[in-house]
Amino acid sequence: MYTQALNTAETADRDLEDAGKAAQFQARIDAEERIEPNDWMPAAYRKTLTRQISQHAHSEIVGMLPEGNWITRAPTLRRKAALLAKVQDECGHGLYLYAAAETLGSSREELVDAMLAGKAKYSSIFNYPTLTWADIGTIGWLVDGAAIMNQIPLCRCSYGPYARAMIRVCKEESFHQRQGYEIMVTLCRGSEEQKAMAQDALNRWWWPVLMMFGPPDATSQHSDTSTKWKIKRFSNDELRQKFVDATVPQAQYLGLTIPDPGMAQDADGHWRYSEIDWTEFKQVLAGNGPCNRDRMAARRKAHEEGAWVREAAASYAAKRAQRQTAQAAE
Amino acid sequence: MSCANIQVSETPLVLYALRRADDALILGHRLSEWCGHAPMLEEDMALSNIALDLIGQARELYTFAAKVEGRDNDEDKLAYLRDVRQYRNLLLVEQPNGDFAQTLVRQFFYSAFADLYWRAMMNSRDATLAAIAAKSEKESAYHLRHASEWIIRLGDGTEESHRRAQGAIDHLWAFTGEMFAADDSECALIDAGIAVDPGSLRGRWLTTITDVTREATLALPRNDWMQQGGRSGRHSEHLGQLLSELQSMQRTFPGLTW
Repeated sequence: MYTQALNTAETADRDLEDAGKAAQFQARIDAEERIEPNDWMPAAYRKTLTRQISQHAHSEIVGMLPEGNWITRAPTLRRKAALLAKVQDECGHGLYLYAAAETLGSSREELVDAMLAGKAKYSSIFNYPTLTWADIGTIGWLVDGAAIMNQIPLCRCSYGPYARAMIRVCKEESFHQRQGYEIMVTLCRGSEEQKAMAQDALNRWWWPVLMMFGPPDATSQHSDTSTKWKIKRFSNDELRQKFVDATVPQAQYLGLTIPDPGMAQDADGHWRYSEIDWTEFKQVLAGNGPCNRDRMAARRKAHEEGAWVREAAASYAAKRAQRQTAQAAE
Repeated sequence: MSCANIQVSETPLVLYALRRADDALILGHRLSEWCGHAPMLEEDMALSNIALDLIGQARELYTFAAKVEGRDNDEDKLAYLRDVRQYRNLLLVEQPNGDFAQTLVRQFFYSAFADLYWRAMMNSRDATLAAIAAKSEKESAYHLRHASEWIIRLGDGTEESHRRAQGAIDHLWAFTGEMFAADDSECALIDAGIAVDPGSLRGRWLTTITDVTREATLALPRNDWMQQGGRSGRHSEHLGQLLSELQSMQRTFPGLTW
């Protein structure tokens, strides 16, 4: 009982101290200072960032699968090399982001395990299939385009390691986006068959890409605190509108039709899109997209079949360390 | 371009370049199959890197072959519009990835050869081949280091990894002899100082292989039967499957620009 009483007093002191720290923390954020791994931060800030950065990392890794589906079938050697390099970049982004998440105190293994157990999410867009070569162009153009729109503001995110990771990631994503658009330009300048392939890909990807920005502002759960902490600087709907406004002229240049007959430009020059089918979004998030099961199965397979390799590497490293210690003792 | 097979005038130098280009492309393609499925992200990166190096080598060698041939073939026609009987790669590189041990043993056998081969080819009297060799040698040295480190880790890792690595060595050993064979079409190029005699590299290759496998506590097979045929287009059944995937777009949509 005595110790418990002492604990209570300590807790009260800590709460008081934490309130002071929290005020200081918010003042630093308001002054646009970066928060670094060893700085004090509220537990909820740490949790929010760990969730967001690890989801981002999982998205990069799962995102390797739909495009990886075309590496072995790319139509020319130049395209094959470019696609392989692109998917490899995504793996690099994943590694980089896991490292950023690790600075918040969770290991890569824990984070990956949560994803494989279905407890952590990744971007819903990767649950759609890549059916034709035009999908590779469309993913670069639209999916990477949407990712850039989301990620450019993250370069100014209050958490230092995440912001710095985003600077590098955005540079590479922007290259991918141009590469994707160049595939689309080539298709649209090609045969009727190629143009039809491009249009079909746009038809299938357009709405899922708009959903990448997340639920409408009216229903978004995380925005308020994320905005206060300067993790998020623009709302879902603001970013979505920016993306649509940037993309419509690009589609026009290609001679492609955005699959939204209700779309119209308003007096301010914004392209207003029709109602998004949020039931589909919810279904995909719930695991019922066209490829959710395949994506998870592929990641689990790679993880399980690679277990013996990781064990071998660990076992060899341990043996080597032991030998070195033994040698040093001689 | 049409989807029918192209015809290639396989003069000795064209054939020579095609054989090396096919080795690099097919092995690069095999490694690229791992992308997104490797045992750890670091290996997704590494295997993709090696694949990119090899595909890069293939592109340079195809372009060289097309130029020497002097018809209207190019890197893509050579890669996408030759059938299995026209492919000239080693049987070793077309073998399926199998497990990680099989992929790394295949890479180890090939890279230990390629490292020596490209270093020797830097002295080729053909300036283009010498330049390709200078770039490829640097890449191969790194590929060999990567593969050797894994052979040691797997061999001296756990019981399971040892068993798998030994199994892969036993399985792939018979495909190593082909790397050191030279037929009549190559002998003239060797005499002219354009090509190197691969047979002259076998001693040093065996030393590397022996040293690494010994450190890995693995054994080399006593069986010295060597399977051949890839250089003249007599492949394993695996290559046709690989090509049907690799070439599917060009065969389905003939003559288009991508």
